[in-house]
Formats: sequence, C-alpha cells, structure tokens
Amino acid sequence: MKITKPAFAGTLESSDVQVRVSPNEFDQLNIELNSAVKDQFGEQILAVVKAVLAKMEITSADVIVEDKGALDCVIRARVQAAILRSIQPENINWGQL
Amino acid sequence: MTQLNTELKPFAGAFKTNAYLADSKQKLQRKLTASIEDAIKKSGLKDGMTISFHHAFRGGDKVINQVMAVIAKMGFKDLTLASSSLTSCHAPLVEHIKNGVVTQLYTSGIRGELAEFISHGGMKNPVQIHSHGGRVHLIQSGELNVDVAFLGAPSCDEFGNANGSQGKSRCGSLGYAMADANYANYVVVLTEDLVAFPCTPASIKQDQVDAVVLVDEIGDPAKIGGGATRLTKNPRELLIAKNAANAIVNSGFFNDGFSIQTGSGGASLAVTRFIEDKMRAQGITASFGLGGITSTMVDLHEKGLIKTLFDVQSFDSAAADSIARNPNHVEITANQYANPSSKGAMVDRLDVVILSALEIDTNFNVNVITGSDGVIRGASGGHSDAAEAANLTVIVAPLIRGRLPTVVNKVTNVVTPGATIDVLVTDHGTAVNPNKPELKARLEAANLNVKTVEELQQMAEALTGVPAPIQFTDNVVAQVRFRDGSLIDTIYQVK
Amino acid sequence: MIANLRRSMLFVPGSNAAMLSNTYIYGADSLMFDLEDSVAHAEKDTARMLVFNALQAPMYKNIEKVVRVNALDSEFGIKDLNAVVRGGVDIVRLPKTDSAEDVHQMEAVIEQIEKDCGREVGSTMMMAAVESAKGIVNANEIANSSKRIIAIALGAEDYVQNLKTKRDRNGDGIELLFARCTMLHAARAAGIKVYDAVFSDVNNEEGFLREASLIKKLGFDGKSLINPRQIELLHNLYAPTQEEVDFANKVVAAYEEGRRKGLGVISLNGKMIDGPLVDQAMLVLERAKSGIKE
Repeated sequence: MKITKPAFAGTLESSDVQVRVSPNEFDQLNIELNSAVKDQFGEQILAVVKAVLAKMEITSADVIVEDKGALDCVIRARVQAAILRSIQPENINWGQL
Repeated sequence: MTQLNTELKPFAGAFKTNAYLADSKQKLQRKLTASIEDAIKKSGLKDGMTISFHHAFRGGDKVINQVMAVIAKMGFKDLTLASSSLTSCHAPLVEHIKNGVVTQLYTSGIRGELAEFISHGGMKNPVQIHSHGGRVHLIQSGELNVDVAFLGAPSCDEFGNANGSQGKSRCGSLGYAMADANYANYVVVLTEDLVAFPCTPASIKQDQVDAVVLVDEIGDPAKIGGGATRLTKNPRELLIAKNAANAIVNSGFFNDGFSIQTGSGGASLAVTRFIEDKMRAQGITASFGLGGITSTMVDLHEKGLIKTLFDVQSFDSAAADSIARNPNHVEITANQYANPSSKGAMVDRLDVVILSALEIDTNFNVNVITGSDGVIRGASGGHSDAAEAANLTVIVAPLIRGRLPTVVNKVTNVVTPGATIDVLVTDHGTAVNPNKPELKARLEAANLNVKTVEELQQMAEALTGVPAPIQFTDNVVAQVRFRDGSLIDTIYQVK
Repeated sequence: MIANLRRSMLFVPGSNAAMLSNTYIYGADSLMFDLEDSVAHAEKDTARMLVFNALQAPMYKNIEKVVRVNALDSEFGIKDLNAVVRGGVDIVRLPKTDSAEDVHQMEAVIEQIEKDCGREVGSTMMMAAVESAKGIVNANEIANSSKRIIAIALGAEDYVQNLKTKRDRNGDGIELLFARCTMLHAARAAGIKVYDAVFSDVNNEEGFLREASLIKKLGFDGKSLINPRQIELLHNLYAPTQEEVDFANKVVAAYEEGRRKGLGVISLNGKMIDGPLVDQAMLVLERAKSGIKE
C-alpha cells in the first residue's frame, strides 16, 4: 500500500517518539531517523519501524522518526498510529498490528 | 669558639624594608589593581605558565571567561589552565584552545560545547580529569604548580581578606578557592563588592593575596544557586530515595552520631528526607553532614538532627546564608575535605555517602564523566574521594534513563572503582557488592528487594535492547586520574 | 494476570508514553490504563495504540492490567475494545455503568472479539464503574449482571455532580456515604470486590489518609489512585499489625492441621474456625507481604 496522505503521531516529550508519514514521490520506502541514542540503538529502532511498515504492508512512504529515547513498544505504537491516521481504514485490520 | 654568621647584613636604617610603608595611602591600598590586565602584568605571567580558578559559582561563573578574554588579548600562549571544575558556561574556552592560548587543562569536569570539542579531538594534549581531593594532591605532589590563581570572591577588602557569604554573588563556601590561595605563587582576587577593611570572617586571607581587582561582575546570582533547593516530586526519584533510605537504615551504619554526605541530585537529596523520619523515630542524630551542602542539610541541622555541617561548596543561597549565621556550619578547604595525602581529610570520618552514576557496571565500577555516547558530560568531583573513604557508599540511580541503561556490563569509563562501592539502589531493585556479604544478608533480611547486579543489568537490557558499542579512535582526549594521582582510565576521541 | 489483592489500582493516562514505559515499578496491585476521561479527544486513537502495545510488553507480564475504555455509545468504544481484548487486557473497566443492560451490551461485543481473535471466550473480565444516581440505584443488578464482573468501582466526580452537590475533600465524606454503602452491599451480596473513588489532590496527604481510613472501616477492598505516592500510603493503611499476622498464621496452621486429621469441626483456643475466618486470615497474610504496620 502507498501512503498518500501525510499524518503524524506521538510527541517530542522525553521517552516518546514522533513519527511523520508522507507520500514518497518515487514509490519507495524512505526512513529518516533522528535520535539522541542513534549510535547505540539506531539499528534497532529502524528494525522496529521497518517491521511495522512491513506488517502493515506499506511499500511507499517517507517516514521521519524523531526519537526521544522511546522503548520499542512506544515506537511500534506511534508508527502504527501514524499509518492508521494516514490511511484511515473503514475497519482496522488487527492481524496487521 | 662560636662560628659567627658573616653573611648577615648590617642594619642600614629603618623604613627600608618595604618602600610602600613610607606612603600612607600605598601602605593600605598597594594591592588594589585597576584592571585585570594590570594584575596580570604585575603577576609576571609568562607563556607556558599555569593559571588556576575555582568553581564555587558553578553555572553562574563570570570569572574564567572574563580573565581569559584579557589573557588572550594580551597575546599569551601555551598556558595550562587548572580550574577545580568547568561547566557549560565556559564554552568560550574552545576559541582560546583553538588559538593556542591554552594548551593543557586540569579539571574535575567538563560540560557542554567545550566537552563536545574535547571529545571530538579538539585539544592536542589530553585533559587531566581529577577528583576534588585529587586536585590538591596533584598540587602538593608538585605535578600541578599554580603560577597565578585568579580567585573570584563575592566580598573582599583592599588587603585581600575575602569570603563567600556576603555580597550580591554570594556563593557560601570558598573551599576550593582556599586551597589555591594556599599554594599558588601569585594570587589575584577578583571581587564585585569591595568592603571596608577588615572583611571578616576571612576565608581567603590577606597573607595569601597579592592583588585585588574590583570588577563589575564575578557571577550571575541566578545561576550560582537558586533559592532553597526544592525536594523532587518525581515519583520515580522518590521511590529510589525511599529504597535507599531503607537500605541505609538497615545497613548497620545508622547509629546515633553517624555522619552523612549526599550528592545534589533529586534522588540523593530526597534520601535525607526519608532518613529524617527514621532519625526521629529512632532518636538518632548525626554528628556531621559533609559536602556539597544544600538547604535540605541546613534544615536538618537547624532542626537539631545534624550537629555540624562541613561545607566545601554551598549549592544554594540558603546554604550560603547559613554559613554566615550558624556557627556549626563550618567552611572547610578542599584539602580538609578530601585530599588523600592531607593530614586530615573529612571523608575519612564519613559513615554514609549517597552518590549518583551515569553508568555502573556488573563490577560496580562507576562512570560519572562520559555519557554512553562516549562524550564527556560530567565531573569526577568528590565521587571517588568519598567512595573510597566512607564506611557505606550508596549509589542511587534509575535502572534506565529514557532508553539508556544505567546498569551495564562494562562502563564506558571508570572514575570510581567498584571495590569502593557497596550498594546500588535503583527503581527496579537493590544490589549489594559481593565483597560485603554481611551487608547483603542484612538487606535481604529486611526484605529490601535485593537482586544481583547481573540481574539488574539483564533487566535493563531486556527493556532497552542491547546497545551497539560506541566507536572510538585511538586518539587520547583525556586521562582520568584517581585521587592518588594514578591513571585509572583513558578517554578516547569519539568517531 | 489476575491480582490476589485489590488494595491499589493506579490510574495511568493511556496517552502518556513516558508513564506507560515505567509505571510497573511502583508496586500497585493493579494498573489501569485509561482511554477515557484523561485522554484528549484528538489523542484517543494514538492512546489506543500505545495501550495496545503496552499490554503486550514483557514488562507488564506479571501485573494485573485493567483498561478503562470509552463508552459503547461513543465513536471510540468498539475500537477500544478490539485493541484491548486483542492486546491481552485482564479486565475491561466500563465507565458510567447505569444498568445491567450496559454490561450485557459490552459483554456481547467482548465475546464477539474473543471469538474473532481466538482468545478464550470468557477470559476477559470486567469491572463496572458506577458514576451516577441511576447506577447506584441499579447497583445490585449491575453487580450480578455477568460472570465476568469481578468488581465494581465508584466514580465520585460525575456522581456528585449528578446529585447536585460537591465533594468536600476535607470533610467527613457524607455526600458519598449512601453511594459507598450501596456499592459495598451490592458487591458483597454478589460476592465480588469493590473499589472506592480517586482522591485527586495529590498534595493533600492528610485528606487522602482520612478518606482511605473511612473506606477501609466501611469494608472496601481498595481504592483507585492517581499518583504512585498514594500507593505506599494505602498499603500501609491496609497493612496488618504483627499481632494480626501472628493470629492469622495460627488460624491457618490450625485449619490445615484440622483438615489433615479429618476433623469435622476445627477450633483454635476454644473458638470454632470456619471458612470466612480462614479467608480473612489468608487476606491478612497476603496484605502483610508488602509490609507490616509498625
């Protein structure tokens, strides 16, 4: 699925993460990560974000992640919420979450 | 027949000892110097010499930047700067280092832009990181020879008598400054409040001072220390503090006449409040409090629960004011506080000390100098001094901060060796150093959620995930000196 | 997991990522993640996802998890129920329960979701919050409305407004007396637990303790809390004395020995020990685990 509508979820408070999704003009998946713990956990955070995108079958989007030291469960929640706000499905496919 | 000393000069008339004695005005005001520049000229400062400062004004210091601006303008190069500590307000030092004005640093801590600059390899010579007591040892042992000390004092008279408890920028104890005043070759006191002679009580004394300069500002009162330090309301810090108080009360060191030191962080300070309740309940008073004194300690002192306060640094204005009015709130020098080679260091008489940690590993080694990104961001301070000397050393810290584990397998840098740490109290449980089995048994018997430090590390990792190791180059940016001057760790440049 | 003790239930706003990352450390008997009144309208969807993920996080595995969902007649109710039932919540808290019918309606939705997602039917428990005069009047039918209902709770703020009066946090609690007694009797008659309302002035420790002492005397199992500092205060209040613990141990020991010997009537010091006395003793010992009153 392609992201066509921009949306965001989350805050810039400590231990939280703000995720913005918007359409990618080349039909690609592009993820930008900003985090104070990028050196130590950057790879892990990206893996979590990618896993959510894959499970929700998102193939095209620009994703900007502003992390303030969030744990994995919070990152997952924010990515899911941002995508749901963007695609606004009639019925949420819980199997994808 | 007695040998006569033929080298003695014959008396050649009075009024020749000191020329200034002949001039009635000079006699009294000879030390008053019109400007920092003049003072530097009088001091005989040359390239390659060592200058020193103190950090009693903490983030509100205006002395270092002011003096360094003049020194740089006058064209000096290659100086060693020894400040008892540095904060993020000392960012202008970056330019001076780039321009070769300062080529060597001795300090207890570095923060902010200067720390980033150093961690990224901005300085050729490695910074020497020392503890508060260790600094005096370095001076006494001859490694650190202070040629000129520039000491800010809130109140000073024309003869050099100065204290920290009066004046707009009052900071309380001048404990670190007093050490420099004792050892430096040439002492310049900078003040914004020139008072009538004599300035009493005198922390820095007239027979230590060479020059006095009146300047507009030596510090920013708002940043030196706020009003009374407010007790934290953060439930996590309160939980840790409560657990730490319980550990102390059950440690065997909580007896009438015990002594205590706490750090100034939220959880550390809150411990004293919880201990206060237990002190009342059990009729225990403390013989002294040491530090790093805040209004919390002053409050306990004024309530009669702590008999004496020994103050090397007053963290807030309430503590600063207390020195002036409470006869048993005593100012001490850094030498009297924690110098391991001092004839009498107060830390040696300490029962309980409560300290924090940026990182602590499964061997209980503590890092208070670098973040887990490898960048310098803290200070050695009195941490290793108190930890080595006290009977019971308690570290209080959250298990994780945001996504960063506090309890790790191996600290990024060691400031305080694990053998000197007895208990680690976190919000997820308490660990006792295996080298203290009796203490462990006591805390377990008191049902204090005792875990092994390995369990705590595993819990942290389960929450945050395993951090990727930080990449360093092999360029040494700082050397961490233990209190006896030995090299305990090396800080490398971050990639 | 379902808790043994129901003294403290800590409210956590479901929209607060930082809080959701660490409230398990405070030792509350039960945690309630809120999707209803403490969450702003614009954040209902993001809070839902935070709670959905938190419910599944390993750090919450060994703690009882309650979620207060939005009412079914709001646009959020059904989505909330899907998120939390699928996420593994232990207990769903219905807000503003006025009748047994409210419970039945929500139960039907929960059952359908359990079937859809393969969760054992009947494994999601429920707790009914009563926040109005109508709900108080219907307390009995609410308490008996379903096998899933394991507790009822009083929501005082909306209730006193409904009554056209105010809560006096420094008073004797008379404005809530009838509601409290009704809830208590309904719960006991139905054999379920009952929680008192939140005391929202965190800095008023004295007021909190006064209110908590009152409800403990009345017989309440516990109280909803909004700040971790209230947990220790409440647990201390409910903590037994050493004497009570010693007596409880004797009761349990005598009972177990009597059972071993196959006695018909078991007694201790000449007094008969029956079921209720043993239950009481077990409760005392459970409460003593977090500390004994000095």
